[in-house]
Amino acid sequence: MDKLLLLGAEAIAQGAIDGGMSGIYAYPGTPSTEITEYVQHNKTARDRKLHSQWSANEKTAMESALGMSYAGKRAMVCMKHVGLNVAADAFINSAITGVNGGLIVTVADDPSMHSSQNEQDSRFFGKFAMIPILEPANQQEAYDMAYEGFELSEKFKIPVMIRITTRLSHSRSGIERRELKNENPLTYPEDPIQFVLLPSNARKRYKGLLSIQSLLEQESEHSVYNTFIPGRDKSLGIIACGIAFNYLKENYPSKSCPHPVLQINQYPLPFSKVEKIVDECEKVLVLEDGYPFVEEQLKGFLNINSKIIGRLNGTVPRDGELNPDIVASALGKEVKQGLPVPKVVANRPPELCSGCSHRDIYNALNETMREFGKQKVFSDIGCYTLGALPPWNSINSCVDMGASITMAKGAADAGVRPSIAVIGDSTFTHSGMTALLDCVYENTPVTIIISDNATTAMTGGQASHATGRLEEICIGLGVKTEHVKVLTPLPKYHEEMVKTLREELLYEGVSVIIPRRECIVQSVAKNKKEGKVRTGEVKL
Amino acid sequence: MKSDIILSGVGGQGILSIAATIGMAALENHLYLKQAEVHGMSQRGGAVQSHLRISENEIASDLIPLGKADLIISVEPMESLRYLPWLSENGWLVTNTTPFINIPDYPDMNVLLAEIEKLPHHIAINADEIARQVKSPRSSNIVMLGASSPFLDLPYESLEIGIKKIFGRKGEKVVQLNIDALKAGREFAIAHTPVGSR
Repeated sequence: MDKLLLLGAEAIAQGAIDGGMSGIYAYPGTPSTEITEYVQHNKTARDRKLHSQWSANEKTAMESALGMSYAGKRAMVCMKHVGLNVAADAFINSAITGVNGGLIVTVADDPSMHSSQNEQDSRFFGKFAMIPILEPANQQEAYDMAYEGFELSEKFKIPVMIRITTRLSHSRSGIERRELKNENPLTYPEDPIQFVLLPSNARKRYKGLLSIQSLLEQESEHSVYNTFIPGRDKSLGIIACGIAFNYLKENYPSKSCPHPVLQINQYPLPFSKVEKIVDECEKVLVLEDGYPFVEEQLKGFLNINSKIIGRLNGTVPRDGELNPDIVASALGKEVKQGLPVPKVVANRPPELCSGCSHRDIYNALNETMREFGKQKVFSDIGCYTLGALPPWNSINSCVDMGASITMAKGAADAGVRPSIAVIGDSTFTHSGMTALLDCVYENTPVTIIISDNATTAMTGGQASHATGRLEEICIGLGVKTEHVKVLTPLPKYHEEMVKTLREELLYEGVSVIIPRRECIVQSVAKNKKEGKVRTGEVKL
Repeated sequence: MKSDIILSGVGGQGILSIAATIGMAALENHLYLKQAEVHGMSQRGGAVQSHLRISENEIASDLIPLGKADLIISVEPMESLRYLPWLSENGWLVTNTTPFINIPDYPDMNVLLAEIEKLPHHIAINADEIARQVKSPRSSNIVMLGASSPFLDLPYESLEIGIKKIFGRKGEKVVQLNIDALKAGREFAIAHTPVGSR
C-alpha cells in the first residue's frame, strides 16, 4: 500500500477514513485541528461525501458523532483536552448508552501548555468513563489505532478514546496505509431504548458497562500495543506510555536497553503485565507524558508500592512535557548541552499581527477606559487574548470558552460598573450565546464586545458559525436592537469607536458592540490567491 | 547517515517550507524522517522552531536531544542563537543576518553578529538581499536552505526535486524563482566556507 508523510494528527484522520468512517465532528483547537482539516481536504473523504464540517463546540460535536453512531455508522469526534470538559456530559453518558456504529473520541492533550490554559490529562476522563484508551507512540500507531479503533468500539459496543499529545500530533513521519474499508450500512440499534438514559434503564446499562470492565482489561492484556520487552538488569524496570517510549529508545540506541521494559499504549492497565514487571524489578520507573496517571494507580494512596518512581517522587519533573533529555536524567544519564543561550537573546512572545482588527479595538477600548478605571474587562480564548500583553494590557481574564460574558455578568451583579466582555465571533457561538441569554434574562448592565473577524483565527482560520448572522443572533436572544452596534475597527474610525464605547458603557443594560473586519491573515491569503497583494505589504 | 537539524525563525517566516522541502528530498533518498513543528499561538509572530531528523536507520524521538543537532538553519539572526544548547560541538549554524524586529528590546545588531562570529562553525548570510538579487524577494527562506545544503547529507539535486514537489502546484514560475534562490544560497555558502572544514 501507499506510504505517506503525515503529522500524527493527519495519520489519525487517514486511519479513520481507511477504517470506514462516515463522519468526523469537531471544533478547532490546538493541537487537534489538523485531524478534521485533513478529512476536509482528503479525496477519498470527498468522494465518499464523509461529514467533516465544523461543529459549534465540542459538546455539539460529541453529540452529533453519537447520533451518527446510533444510525450504525462509524464516527469520530476530536477535540483538544479542554474541549473534552465542554463535551464531558455527552462523553461520560455515551459510555452508558454505548454505541451502535463504532465511535472514536480523539483527544489531543497539550502538556507544557504550548497553546492552552492547563495541561490536564485526558486519560483520567477515559478511565472516568470506563472505556478503552489507545495512546499511540508514533505516527504509524496513530494511523493503526484509528483504523482498528472502530472495530474495538463495535466489539464492546462502547466508545473508544484515542489520546495523543502535542508532540505526536504536530510531528511528521512516514506511515503505511492499509486497505480501504467500506462504510457501515445504516442500521438502527437492536434495542430501541438503548440510548434512553431514564434512571431505570440507565441503571441496567451502567451494570452492563461495569460487567465488561474485566473484558476490557483482558483486551489490554493481549493487546499488541502493550509489549513486555525482557531485560537482564532487574535493578530497574521501566514502564513507558505512549510517546515516552520513543524518548526511552532514543537513550538506548539499537535495542541496547538492559532493563525490562513494559510499553503501555492501551488502557485499562494490563494487570498481569504490570504485576510481572513490578514483581521482578527492584524499582520501576514510570514514564508518561502528562499527569502521573499510571504512576498514581500503581503507587496507591498508602504508597505500599514504594518501589514505583516517576513524577510523584521527583525522578521526573511533576509538570511539563517529556523529552529525551528529561528521560535521560531520570535514567541517571549525563545530558551534554551545547553552548548556553547568549544573554543578548531577548524573549519573543506571540503578538497580534500587524493590521489585525483586534489592535484597533483595544486601542479604542484603552482610551475609553481611561475615564472608567482599570480591571473591568473580562476576555476569552482566541487571538485577542494577546491583548493581555504589552503594549495593550487591556484585559483582565481568560479562563474558558465563553467565560468573558458570564464573568462580566457576575462582576456586574457584584457592582462593577461598567463591566465589559471582549470575545471573538467564533468563541461567542461556541459558548457565549447562553451566557448572553443569562444577561438578557436579568437585563444585567454589561457591555459585550464581539470582535468579529469572520473566522476562527487562532487555530488557523476555520469557518466561524457566527459569520453573517451575529446581529440576528444577539437580537434573537433578546438584546435591544438599538443596543447592538456594529463598528469598523480601523485607525481612521478611532474617535467614532471611542464615542460608541463610551455611550454603551454608560447604558444600564445589555449592549453588544460588534467591531467587524476580516482577519488580516485570511484577507492577505485571499488577496494573494487572487493575485492582488503587493509583495511584503504585510508580514506576519 | 544521520542529520539532526533545528530550523528556527519567527512565526510566518516560512521555516515549514524549508522543512517540507528537506522532507521531500529525504523521501526521495528513501531515508527515515521525523519532523516536529510548532502550530498554534506561537505562529502569531512569536519564536518558532522545528526539529527535523533524517536518517538511514529508524528514528526514535521526535525531538532532538540537547547537544546533538548537526545543524541549525535560522531565517532570523537572534533566533539562531536561541537554540545553541541543542547544537553539537562540531555542528554548523547557518543563519540569515536580516533581523525581524517586532519587539521593543531587540538587541543591537553588532552585538548579535559578534555572538554569531564567536561560533567556530557558522555561515552568516544576508538572505533577504540575495533573494532580491535573484529577483525572488519572497524566497529568503529558500536562500537559507541553499546556504545550508553543503552541510546536509543529501544530494543537492534531490533538494531541487523537493522544491518542484512542494511548490509545483503554484506554477512553473514560482518553482524557478525558488530554484534560483536555492542555487544562490548554495553558491554563497560554498564560497564562504573554508576548504575542508565541512
